[in-house]
Amino acid sequence: MKLTLKIWRQPNPRAKGTFETYSLEDLNPAMSVPEMLDVLNEQLMAAGKTPIAFDSDCREGICGQCGFVINGDVHSPERGATTCQTHLRSFQSGDTLVLEPFRAKAFPIKKDLCVDRRALDRIIMKGGYISVQTGQAPEANSTRIPLEQAETAFEAAACIGCGACVATCKNASAALFTGAKISHLALLPQGEPEAAKRVQAMVAQMDVEGFGACSMTGACEVVCPQGVSIAHIVRMHAEFWKS
Amino acid sequence: MYKKITGTDAYQEPMLISPSAHFSMGGLWVDYELQSNLPGLFVLGEANFADHGANRLGANSLLQACVDGYFILPHTLMHYLAGETALGARKLAAEERLLQEARARIDLLQNIKGMRTADQFHRALGALLTQKCGLIRERGQLQEGLKEVKELQKSFYEDLFLPETGEGLHMELEKALRVEDYLELAQLIFTDALQREESCGAHFRVEYQTEQGEAARNDAEFQFVSAWESTSEGFQLHREALHFQYMQPQERSYQ
Amino acid sequence: MLDPKIPEGPLDQKWQQFKAQARLISPANRRKYRVIVVGTGLAGSAAAASLAELGFSCEVFTYHESPRRAHSVAAQGGINAAKGYKNDGDSVWRMFQDTLKGGDFRSREASVFRMAECSMALIDQAVAQGVPFAREYSGYLANRSFGGVQVSRTFYARGQTGQQLLQGAYQALMRMVATGSVTLHTCHEMLDLILEEGQAKGIIARNLETGAITAHAADAVVLATGGYGKIYYLSTLAMLCNGSAIWRAHRRGAYFAAPSWTQFHPTSLPQLGPYQSKLTLMSESLRNDGRIWVPQNRGIIVPPPTFPKRSATIIWNANTRLTVI
Ligand code: FES
Repeated sequence: MKLTLKIWRQPNPRAKGTFETYSLEDLNPAMSVPEMLDVLNEQLMAAGKTPIAFDSDCREGICGQCGFVINGDVHSPERGATTCQTHLRSFQSGDTLVLEPFRAKAFPIKKDLCVDRRALDRIIMKGGYISVQTGQAPEANSTRIPLEQAETAFEAAACIGCGACVATCKNASAALFTGAKISHLALLPQGEPEAAKRVQAMVAQMDVEGFGACSMTGACEVVCPQGVSIAHIVRMHAEFWKS
Repeated sequence: MYKKITGTDAYQEPMLISPSAHFSMGGLWVDYELQSNLPGLFVLGEANFADHGANRLGANSLLQACVDGYFILPHTLMHYLAGETALGARKLAAEERLLQEARARIDLLQNIKGMRTADQFHRALGALLTQKCGLIRERGQLQEGLKEVKELQKSFYEDLFLPETGEGLHMELEKALRVEDYLELAQLIFTDALQREESCGAHFRVEYQTEQGEAARNDAEFQFVSAWESTSEGFQLHREALHFQYMQPQERSYQ
Repeated sequence: MLDPKIPEGPLDQKWQQFKAQARLISPANRRKYRVIVVGTGLAGSAAAASLAELGFSCEVFTYHESPRRAHSVAAQGGINAAKGYKNDGDSVWRMFQDTLKGGDFRSREASVFRMAECSMALIDQAVAQGVPFAREYSGYLANRSFGGVQVSRTFYARGQTGQQLLQGAYQALMRMVATGSVTLHTCHEMLDLILEEGQAKGIIARNLETGAITAHAADAVVLATGGYGKIYYLSTLAMLCNGSAIWRAHRRGAYFAAPSWTQFHPTSLPQLGPYQSKLTLMSESLRNDGRIWVPQNRGIIVPPPTFPKRSATIIWNANTRLTVI
């Protein structure tokens, strides 16, 4: 198949970026989007041009490293998929794909399609953990956790930290990311003692990093590759008022 | 998931599968304290060679990584450090020289200005290893493979292409540095596979199998861990003998 | 002959012996010692967090932008521990035997025993960190049988066991970053090991974002940089996984053991074309004995498929039998 690609090129964080157009032929529909960029980069280099910088690592939707915007869709036109899980068969031969980086104030562009998402780590640093020193833990089965509660905690914990929720939100809010962590830990009895302090500190850090307020549109849930539910944002708000 | 990746409906068509490289049992040799033969260098998790022997059991890899990190290293490292005087702000004598070496290494790769990208070399090396030192290994093939890696390495230094990328991220350079190391490591992989004239765990040499086609271990000659050193004369083998006191080696059987 | 320095005494007392006799450093003096940890997967993050909790100063390096992206995330199947929750006769001894046998008698008895011995505390640790392992209706932890053993000792968190365990370790690490006892160097790749009079005392690293190359000195260096299976190019590993840190240490004198022992996973998805960059794994948990595959959406009626009859080729291997259609 054949595709026309319009890709955001920006040599460094300070430079002004522009779209550049490339065309690729003889593509196999079974290719993933990063594999397509591998092919394009080989061709660019053969022509003596600078390859496109883009992030990817596991290429199976679990590490959260990949991600850009394809024709306005964050990650992918497919639901529940990361960029690396998007294959060319999702498009038609002859299509034009516009690829641009995740756009958010808190995610500065490093180069081309790569953005800096360390702001998410700094939110976790403020309290996204249970303080337990190695060696302190009691016997694992001494606390029973009702199945349903454990399952809901798992669903929140499934977040892979890719930042798609931020990139799709019109306010560039990190509410789903932060809510998922707060909810995961608040649902478990182990997380209880630090719950109040945690929610206060993490919510405050969201503001410090320049993430916006929750837009209440639910757009984040739609693009989340792990299908993390906005119910966790609601729980975060509840925890916040409780604190 | 199968459909997502292959585009084929598993309800309708048989699923195809293929074997692929997965977990490395091999790694830097460490003693009981997770310390390599170099004092002060500790190696954990998949990067070391320790608990899995010639074949890792499912669900033991995460365990080994966790146990090494949480429960073993804190004790063994403190034991080591207790015998050392802290460096403090002191600079190391070798720093400057090694910084120079690292920069020179990058300049060298950048100045080859050939035609083939790092990925092309990596793919070629991967195909070669899969064919000649994959699931099934045989002396002639291994010897050939070793020769071919050396040739590939030679062409790497003659024909590598690195693009100019300006400041900042330079992913092609990252790849090239890794592939440069892989080309050396591959030679050790072939050397090791050749040296071990038995079949054990993930290492299956066609010359060494039972009549039923099962792996034939050779405990009399190979009940040891091979630990390799790179010297100016090539790879040199050191051995750690394995002693079994609590469980006697038995033959594996999947019948 | 290399000396693995195994402590004296009966197998089940060696580790206790070691701990009882190991030298200690007083809490007030620990922060004077600086430790470099390279790699932030499960092993690296767990080590750095635990060392920092003890009071050591840690300098942690990863080539990723965030420690959470390490390839430990991709391990799906589960984690073994000899808890014996199932009353099925499991024990540390049995786990030791299974592991030694599984490794085809090419591993060290004392090390294998210690891994089994420490497995129980690890589950306690992970649960306390908030790792959401699967549970029974009763609220107790669930187990399954995995990897061909006769007991159920595998703990799991759906298909995300590695991801969830790494989250636990990553969060513990970030907690220590916040206290200042861990300095995190992200987007840094180790290029060389620095020795002084034969002892490891530091590393040379390259900042991937700026290209700057810098030297870092410490009292000890810990490498937790994962496996090198990506050397085969097509593998189940992530694109960035590499063997460079351990290889560079090897070039400086560290012995490399059993380099050719790489496990091949029998059930990856097929190779489709020359552009392919990796082979994704179908979890063992899917193909295990007795698992039944059911359609995700209710009501799908699947007609019995008519598969073309082709002769099956069987490849024999020491640990797997593959049927290639
Ligand atoms: S590359 Fe890991 S999620 Fe896409």
